[in-house]
Amino acid sequence: MKILVCISNVPDTTSKINFTADNKEFDKTGVQYVINPWDEYALTRAIELKEAKGGTVTVLNVGEADSEPNIRKALAIGADDAIRVNAYPKDSFFVAQQIAAVAKENSYDVILMGKESIDFNGSQVHNMVGELLGIPAVVPAFKLDLLDDSTARLEREIEGGKEVVEVKLPFIASAQQPMSEPRIPNMRGIMTARTKPLKVVEPTGADTKVDYVNYSKPEKKGGVKMIDPENAGELIKLLRNEAKVL
Amino acid sequence: MSVLVFVEGLNGEVKKSSLEAATYGSQVAQQLGTTVTAVAIGEVKEDALARLGEQGISKVLYDGDERLSQFVANAYVKVIAKAVEQENARVLVFSNSNIGAAIGAKLAVRLNGSLATNVTALPKIEGDSFTVTRGVFSGKALADVALTADPKIIAIKKNSIDITSGGGTATVENISAELTDADFSEKPKETVMQETDGVLLPEAAIVVSGGRGMKGPENWHLIEDLAKELGAATACSKPVSDMDWRPHHEHVGQTGITVSPNLYIAIGISGAIQHLAGVNSSKVIVVINKDPEAPFFKAADYGIVGDAFEVVPKLIEAAKALDK
Ligand SMILES: Cc1cc2nc3c(=O)[nH]c(=O)nc-3n(C[C@H](O)[C@H](O)[C@H](O)COP(=O)(O)OP(=O)(O)OC[C@H]3O[C@@H](n4cnc5c(N)ncnc54)[C@H](O)[C@@H]3O)c2cc1C
Ligand SMILES: Nc1ncnc2c1ncn2[C@@H]1O[C@H](COP(=O)(O)O)[C@@H](O)[C@H]1O
Repeated sequence: MKILVCISNVPDTTSKINFTADNKEFDKTGVQYVINPWDEYALTRAIELKEAKGGTVTVLNVGEADSEPNIRKALAIGADDAIRVNAYPKDSFFVAQQIAAVAKENSYDVILMGKESIDFNGSQVHNMVGELLGIPAVVPAFKLDLLDDSTARLEREIEGGKEVVEVKLPFIASAQQPMSEPRIPNMRGIMTARTKPLKVVEPTGADTKVDYVNYSKPEKKGGVKMIDPENAGELIKLLRNEAKVL
Repeated sequence: MSVLVFVEGLNGEVKKSSLEAATYGSQVAQQLGTTVTAVAIGEVKEDALARLGEQGISKVLYDGDERLSQFVANAYVKVIAKAVEQENARVLVFSNSNIGAAIGAKLAVRLNGSLATNVTALPKIEGDSFTVTRGVFSGKALADVALTADPKIIAIKKNSIDITSGGGTATVENISAELTDADFSEKPKETVMQETDGVLLPEAAIVVSGGRGMKGPENWHLIEDLAKELGAATACSKPVSDMDWRPHHEHVGQTGITVSPNLYIAIGISGAIQHLAGVNSSKVIVVINKDPEAPFFKAADYGIVGDAFEVVPKLIEAAKALDK
């Protein structure tokens, strides 16, 4: 079983988000980067499947050299090898084409991603890759089991319920809770990660379909109005008459 | 050239989020000086489709093929692609639902178009330049993105457009993409809808949410009763679903679902930054917490410092007294 896990390198969930003075780029100053939290669910599920059935887990990141600490972290958690496509992830279509190119070359049985990246919030890359490769993308999945060597059973969330899906390999799935319990790398993992292969490849000459032209921050709230707990019912009146949301 | 809106149904009716998409599509069509058509798939009643005229839709293309009553991405994409061709659509509008985002991504590849999901406002159109604003960094920022290819595919964030009404009646025509069994090869085995007498969380205009301060699942009747009185959906923080007090699909935040209701009421939730990431684009936020230092108050519009077990029953009483 060959599993590919696509990981995105994103600002830590507690980061303050700021932009450069011209509002054209994200300001990385002082920002810690982490593996996209949703991609960690994908990664740990991939490692669990490998532990149960044998095989390899490859992690793939489309990013510049500064993603390498988190690629190494994925290796420390238990992936076997890694590929970094050496390019700034300009837009989802660009990233999808890079992932599809790597997948075509190596024919993986399962490709796992996260539900969405917490910086772009696109929820796009998985279905784009699915379309580019002509294989199903089960999005967003919260349960994944292999029934045999050629079939997987997944549960995916739909608005207001869930769907049980059976797909033939190869397929793509995006992970969300509670697919797995993310792991923290142990000392041995960290040591062995240093010598695991991390291959850097150049991007295919792919195009982009959108341009990020400007960033801004949402308007600040006007401050909080406090209501006396003894008169809590007053809140309901304010919500109707002042805020007009009831 | 025209604008095409994809409409989703639920129990035979058009989903609220699709009414938002229809409103958005009509407004874009006005900006472009063109017409707007909707395409609907699966089980939606004809009169519900005709009422899309209220949002300014003049014509609805409908494929009621029984096999489409469940979502099958490839089949849906084929029908919509057919509609795009037939209407010569240059702008496609979806709701940013699980279905909308999936179809949008596939169509963007198939039709070589530009895609923006999580869009929060009408486009700026100047000459050839077409720019939309979308939420990024989990609600902490907005980005203006130029859509440089055609068609331009836009999936709009829920609750970011006020639904208009007062238009006419739409005509409903059939469309068929001559689907074969192969198009349904990814058909789900089984669909299980949640038992709910209330409102679906992703669609809800009002959300009542509980955190660890609720102490245990046995106290959730307080959250549920308040939600019921307000016509709200219920939600929770991550630890609450991790401890199985509540199901995972109710967990909102950075690693849960993102909601953007008109009103979000947080009860016994501290307001960790990862929780805020899922709710910070709610229009009005109410925080009830016994700790005056709880960080959530900084993001709130209204706050009550008090014990949830004393405050919430008072809110339920006051909500009961409202004339609905
Ligand atoms: C990578 C990552 C991702 C995460 N993703 C999410 C996410 O998606 N969603 C999420 O919610 N969290 C997420 N978290 C967890 C987050 O950091 C917080 O731990 C979590 O939100 C806290 O939940 P809580 O507010 O319910 O509990 P607590 O932080 O324990 O807060 C309980 C609150 O209840 C109050 N309280 C206690 N008793 C009462 C009472 N009787 N009446 C009124 N108030 C009372 C307390 O004052 C306190 O403020 C994530 C964390 C990480 C590291
Ligand atoms: N730069 C990237 N490199 C590798 N995988 C990525 C990258 N960006 C996104 N992905 C994957 O695609 C998923 C969906 O991302 P998005 O469409 O941006 O929300 C993520 O959870 C990752 O698994």
